[in-house]
Amino acid sequence: MAISKITKDSAEAFAFSAPKLEWAKKQLEKYPADRKQSCVIPFLWEAQKENGGYVDAAVVRYLSDMLDMAEIRVYEVVSFYTMFNTAPVGEHFVQVCTTTPCWLRGSDEIVKVCKNKIARAANTLSEDGKFSWMEVECLGACANAPMVQINDNYFEDLDETIMAEILDALAEGKDVTPGSQKGRKSSEPFGELTSLSDPALYGGAE
Amino acid sequence: MLQDKDRIFTNLYGLHDWRLPGARKRGAWDNTGGLIQKGRDYIIDEMKASGLRGRGGAGFPTGLKWSFMPKENDGRPHYLVVNADESEPGTCKDREIMRNDPHILLEGCLIAGFSMGANTCYIYLRGEYIEVRHRLQAAIDEAYEAGLLGKNAAGSGWDYDIYLHHGAGAYICGEETALLESLEGKKGQPRLKPPFPANMGLYGCPTTVNNVESIAVAPTILRRGSSWFDNLGRPGNTGTKIFSISGHVNNPCNVEEEMGISLRELIERHAGGVRGGWDNLLAIIPGGSSVPLLPKEICDTVLMDFDSLKEVQSGLGTAAVIVMDKSTDIVKAIARLAAFYKHESCGQCTPCREGTGWMWRVMERLVKGEAQKSEIDMLWDVTKQVEGHTICALGDAAAWPVQGLIRHFRKEIEDRIDANAGQVAAE
Repeated sequence: MAISKITKDSAEAFAFSAPKLEWAKKQLEKYPADRKQSCVIPFLWEAQKENGGYVDAAVVRYLSDMLDMAEIRVYEVVSFYTMFNTAPVGEHFVQVCTTTPCWLRGSDEIVKVCKNKIARAANTLSEDGKFSWMEVECLGACANAPMVQINDNYFEDLDETIMAEILDALAEGKDVTPGSQKGRKSSEPFGELTSLSDPALYGGAE
Repeated sequence: MLQDKDRIFTNLYGLHDWRLPGARKRGAWDNTGGLIQKGRDYIIDEMKASGLRGRGGAGFPTGLKWSFMPKENDGRPHYLVVNADESEPGTCKDREIMRNDPHILLEGCLIAGFSMGANTCYIYLRGEYIEVRHRLQAAIDEAYEAGLLGKNAAGSGWDYDIYLHHGAGAYICGEETALLESLEGKKGQPRLKPPFPANMGLYGCPTTVNNVESIAVAPTILRRGSSWFDNLGRPGNTGTKIFSISGHVNNPCNVEEEMGISLRELIERHAGGVRGGWDNLLAIIPGGSSVPLLPKEICDTVLMDFDSLKEVQSGLGTAAVIVMDKSTDIVKAIARLAAFYKHESCGQCTPCREGTGWMWRVMERLVKGEAQKSEIDMLWDVTKQVEGHTICALGDAAAWPVQGLIRHFRKEIEDRIDANAGQVAAE
């Protein structure tokens, strides 16, 4: 179990932006009227985005009010699920998968790049304040290992050099393209296809 | 080897259009309404006859599971919940189904939901799959616009809604009752069973939870007939399966193959072989992190299906094949998995909460050989005290990889202890 304590530097109040409030109303329609609590995870996730990347006490209060939940029930969810940050993270938040399938393919090297380029310790802001990194458990892209998640995007088929290039590009404010960094569309084998190559499957033409 | 014409996931790699027109060209949503009009009993009988066993890890017969839902509606709604919380280390197959061929999943949801008297389906997607979430939602929107979902879905006479829900990073939510807790907006801690979800599931209503792949294969099985599926693979282990191949192979990939393919053929045909050749193989975890590893001599001949792998004291699990060549520090590879289970234990049951941490700490010492040989037996003993003594299977899943290591690599552990003792004596 992870331990997460909500930051002491909490804002006075939090509220969804107008478009997000509209979105939230639509989400509530997915669940029975007396089951508003079902929305707590999706709402916390969006609130975290609007709150600069982490959840604080103001967010907890706001959602407990909106969803008719005791604050402790919201806080319980925040501390249980690892995608909720309870202290500020970098604008570029790098999560390195280090579980065995990624580790076998060199996630130690990826961690090393993060230590050198971002901060020696995980969950620490870089000197320019723009980056932070942490190790996470399996992100479910094992055939494209090693990989990292930066904000909403997966970067796959990495190595030490490519990872360094991605971080440099982000530091310079350049765009980076998510997905396989070695030219794969998804998780097909490199080189010639070993399946799904019969044109008859696709009307003979595609 | 499975022929392309017998593959269900024809856009597994996303090389073709994932949207509705593309999916239709590949055969999705073909006469779905007609299939449904054949009735609940027909669908469930066909699913049973196909021999399909659940693709989420446990391998429970899917048709039988569907038949557990109450036949009559007692006033409570029925729910289908799709388990898309793919988090078992090594497993990355459902992601490709959902982002590259979302419509076959949605069609499966409608058929499965109808067969269990459900008008509502929730797809519980793991939180980190953000790209997948957008893709799947776009596919759901398309299906509603085309009249395939909603009132009189696909002209079937059945009203059906699919809602996409997501989690926020907790492996345990792949356990079906933890998933339901999470969907209700709570911590994902598994429920005691009974009552089983088919009687008291989501919001206290009859619910069936199925893996993405189990649901997504249903429309093709019904269209092509149960005997087509049943004739693939071996008795009791029928059909096709997506294998996720990761680790020390030349071309890691996902691939749909026939059940019962030999492990060696699977790797050599589709993943470019083991790095450095088959003889450079050390061990393979054949079904995701939870199942015990197999040393090379078993990998030489074993077949990839539920019963074959059970015979060698492992399991098919999610069919996530993690390959380790001779350069691997095997003790460290398993210690890393022990760390995973410690991190993911929900903390509800004492044997798992305390046991996963205990096993991980001992494993870390074994990596360096800083232990007594008697501790190997003690560790084995502790795995047996965790296994089978918890509400859900996470305790078992944490115990099995360690047991597999001790069963097949005891000498390696002992050698490290000796080497470390020698070093200490020399100092």
